[in-house]
Amino acid sequence: MMLASDIQVAQNIGFGIIAAVMVLAAIRVVTSKNVVHAALSLIAVMAGAAAQYLLLSAEFVAVTQVLVYIGAVMVLFLFGVMLTRAKLGKDVDLDNKGAWAYGAPIALLMLGVMVYVLTKGFKDTKISVSGKGSNVGQNSLLSDKIFSSYALPFWALSFVLLAAVIGAIVLARKD
Amino acid sequence: MLINNFLVLGAVLFCIGVYGVIVRKNAVLVLMSIELILNSVNINLLAFDRLWAESGNNDGSVFALYIIAVAAAEVGVGLALVLLIFRNRKTIALDDLSEMKG
Repeated sequence: MMLASDIQVAQNIGFGIIAAVMVLAAIRVVTSKNVVHAALSLIAVMAGAAAQYLLLSAEFVAVTQVLVYIGAVMVLFLFGVMLTRAKLGKDVDLDNKGAWAYGAPIALLMLGVMVYVLTKGFKDTKISVSGKGSNVGQNSLLSDKIFSSYALPFWALSFVLLAAVIGAIVLARKD
Repeated sequence: MLINNFLVLGAVLFCIGVYGVIVRKNAVLVLMSIELILNSVNINLLAFDRLWAESGNNDGSVFALYIIAVAAAEVGVGLALVLLIFRNRKTIALDDLSEMKG
């Protein structure tokens, strides 16, 4: 039985607006002729993703997304743009010549296959994104998971980050 | 809400990222496209997390957090490599790096 509250009109409208902004910004990331504009569009995509995480009631991941991606990774990207002396303004030499002729069909083909499989596999599977049924105190559940059943991957990840930091220093230092 | 909303959004972003990796020549822009791909995967993981949240299973959030951490490490090392290439060759155009082509 379909209740009016099952359709969740407000959530669907919010999702649609954020999704449209994300897709347009993502297209600008891959087509813009200006490196800095591409980086700023990427910030819009990341912020939209954080908003979608909030809609999926994953607050901790949303805050982490804002802190790590928008806060740290994008600053790193802008430093990379600056240190590689990217041209300010329009730069015509950012794309492989004629690559869109095979890039676009490949991407569209993949998209077609994925959308076909998804619509066939999850026809009308619903998720509840309202407050009802959302697990209160999800963050405590999350921390319980990370520090109990996923403790070993957590340790491994710490070593990955340590190795990445040391590797980045070794690679980028001058001498 | 249909779970397909989120899954199709993830698929669209993934394909845009793949297009960027194929078409772009500037190494920094290729790294940005890879970030798009990783983000689309995170949206998928959190949608499935929400799907199974009623049964008390929130592994999807854990995986999403791990992917965010790995992506941060990847960008750090990747940009260090790009800087090194730029310092040695004064260019970061990826199709100029063809010594290993044989």
